[in-house]
Amino acid sequence: MTRKQWLLSGFVAFTCLVPIAAGAGPIENYSPVTAQRLENPEAGNWMLYRRTYDGQGYSTLDQINTSNVKNLTPVWTFATGVVEGHEAPPIVNNGVMFVATPMGQVIALNAKTGDEYWRYKRQLPDDLFQLHPTSRGVGLWDDKLYLATTDDHVVALDAKTGKVVWDTKVQDYKKGQYMTLMPLVVDGKVIVGGSGGEFGVRGYVAAYDAKDGKELWRTFTIPGEGEPGHDTWQGEDWKNGGGSAWMTGTYDKDAKTIYWGVGNAAPWPGEMHPGDNLYTSSVIALDPNTGKIKTHHQYHQNDSWDWDEVDAPMLVDLQRDGRSIKSLIHPGRDAIFWVLERTPTKINYVAGWPFVSTDVWKGIEPESGKPIVDPAHKPVVGKRVEFCPSLWGGKDWPSAAYSQKTGLVYVPANENFCGGFTGEKIPLKPGELWLGTKPEDIGLKAKPGADHFGELQAWDPTTGKKVWQHNFPKSQLFGSVTATAGDLVFAGGTNDRNFRAFNAKTGELLWEQKTNSGIMGMPISYEVDGTQYIAIQSGWGVDAQRIQDALATNDIGIESNVPQGGVVWVFALKK
Amino acid sequence: MSSSSFNITSTSSSSDIATEPDADAGAEQTRRTLLIGALVTTACLGCSAPSRAGEDAPGADERPQKGDLLVFSEGDQEGKVITAADLPRGGPPVHAWPKDPKTSVVRSGSRLNEILIIRLDPAELDEQTKSRAVDGIIAYSAICSHAGCPVTAWVKSDVGDKEVFKCMCHNSEYDPRAGAQVVFGPAPRRLAALPLALVDATLNVAGNFIGKVGGQQPG
Repeated sequence: MTRKQWLLSGFVAFTCLVPIAAGAGPIENYSPVTAQRLENPEAGNWMLYRRTYDGQGYSTLDQINTSNVKNLTPVWTFATGVVEGHEAPPIVNNGVMFVATPMGQVIALNAKTGDEYWRYKRQLPDDLFQLHPTSRGVGLWDDKLYLATTDDHVVALDAKTGKVVWDTKVQDYKKGQYMTLMPLVVDGKVIVGGSGGEFGVRGYVAAYDAKDGKELWRTFTIPGEGEPGHDTWQGEDWKNGGGSAWMTGTYDKDAKTIYWGVGNAAPWPGEMHPGDNLYTSSVIALDPNTGKIKTHHQYHQNDSWDWDEVDAPMLVDLQRDGRSIKSLIHPGRDAIFWVLERTPTKINYVAGWPFVSTDVWKGIEPESGKPIVDPAHKPVVGKRVEFCPSLWGGKDWPSAAYSQKTGLVYVPANENFCGGFTGEKIPLKPGELWLGTKPEDIGLKAKPGADHFGELQAWDPTTGKKVWQHNFPKSQLFGSVTATAGDLVFAGGTNDRNFRAFNAKTGELLWEQKTNSGIMGMPISYEVDGTQYIAIQSGWGVDAQRIQDALATNDIGIESNVPQGGVVWVFALKK
Repeated sequence: MSSSSFNITSTSSSSDIATEPDADAGAEQTRRTLLIGALVTTACLGCSAPSRAGEDAPGADERPQKGDLLVFSEGDQEGKVITAADLPRGGPPVHAWPKDPKTSVVRSGSRLNEILIIRLDPAELDEQTKSRAVDGIIAYSAICSHAGCPVTAWVKSDVGDKEVFKCMCHNSEYDPRAGAQVVFGPAPRRLAALPLALVDATLNVAGNFIGKVGGQQPG
């Protein structure tokens, strides 16, 4: 390369890092985010993925409640300008809202008026391909925001201006490494996990210094040689064994332990990676200072169904079987509602039961909590195997919620779906899909005669009893849910574009609003100047659309016609 | 819970199941921002071919050029020049890289050079497609115009009887007979077309890509 070419490439590389920031900013009087504020967030703010570190998805605001929710009305909307699946909760800090969208965009808005302060648009590489073109939000610390990008960087933005403060490459997007999650910020550390379970990666969780982007630690979710758990793999399988970690962890602030969900083993058919395959389809407990794995629990061994268990467990104090337990609650993609006990040194199995019908598990070993597989429904190489639920599982990444008032867990579940594929040994090419089957062979079938698909379920985790359920006859349910102290549960997730509020105690549908698109992201609640608001991004795409496409081929009267395009909706009570 | 008490079939029953009825920055700042935006946009056109200096030979990441040969990009014949005889009439498509005949450099330095070549009945092709084809052989960029995934499948369309190119990431479908127009899915535009010529019985690239290569960028 000539000197001139070097100079030119240097110029190009520099300019490509420059964001396009425009709008009415900067923000004045921004409230810096501290450890204390994240550990005990004000009722009117939503600064973490699920509002609180325990991952409950619960707002203590109750101005909007069962008696008046019928008067909920839109107060402002904002078009994000991009299509694809909008999966991020709007993040709110004392009247300022930060919205992350697909394509690496962050928009800062006045949470009361909807006026724009600034906008950051990442210039993604032209040769990037995005299996999951989305973002699940920005983390906050001090006066900065943190975005994990699909070209596998962590970017720090000045919260007041949207200008890039630092930009750190995590791994190489050309090898199928990318990120979609909202970073978890704990005590000045920006913690992220990688996607890429379908590209033969070895998953990891990594922490960066919030001030300067320096990497502090990186923990692989698949143990290397000499590490505990490595013997659950054979040969070289561990090097490309999957275990991506593409959802935000939860955090026990008292025990100073992070709980992070780990994804499926790769490639999909288990016989291509014999063994239990730690820590795939598991939860791992991490020390936030060092990244050391303190302990773990594997939900299911030798994953063969693409059942990521990346949605981190909720931390809930329970009274169960006559004693108090500090629980971890996880309605799994593997169709089992898991109740575990967290202790400083161990995660104990407490109870598990199928929350949707499944033909994969014959039971659960009572001591270990290890599920017992029916080999007839475990995919293998060279033969088509069918299994229920489908590869999207009983509940995919959209989060459940726990109400501290009702003591119930609200689960966005899918019933009456089955899937199947024929395992095939396909050589790994870095950066290319590596499923262990032909993508066109993957099926999703609606059970004959099914009268519904999506289910919003309310479970009592202390008894294992289902208290209520709301069925969706013509739609999957693919969106996170949020509970509030107004005894309400908010949920989108359906192909009819509706946003709904349910009575948290009874399941009665109390309110609904048709939006521009389908809703996958998480509803949030916040307060400005004494008014409670509910906010959501409506913008259908990614896996909700994949399921929609599959339903459209099932000859059950469902079409693949959900409109796309992102809009932020904010609601309040009619005055 | 003991394993014997694991109730697989009855848990979707419920005691109470409800079923749903059917500022102002000022004009100067705005102008400056627009100018910066335009500069970035222009400069970033140079980002399209990621530099792999030191890894690939010169020209390996340049887009296909007139006179390039086409070689298999995968399989047992990887690297071999593709001839008309290698292409079964009616598909499936063959995946290819362009190759500079002067330097013998295979332009595999950027995935934006991945090409689909297929041989169809010339009578099935529309006029514009026919003008870029050789004896029913046509070539397109293999990069989906939606999210930039590789278009890998040749399957019956979800919305018709014909076989089509399909991107398995998000189900976009393209009809190669009609300039790779989108027939299903989220893709916003056609695959870029690559005109072909036959020189001494060998397939040659007859010109640059027609249309934009790669996925969409935010608005």
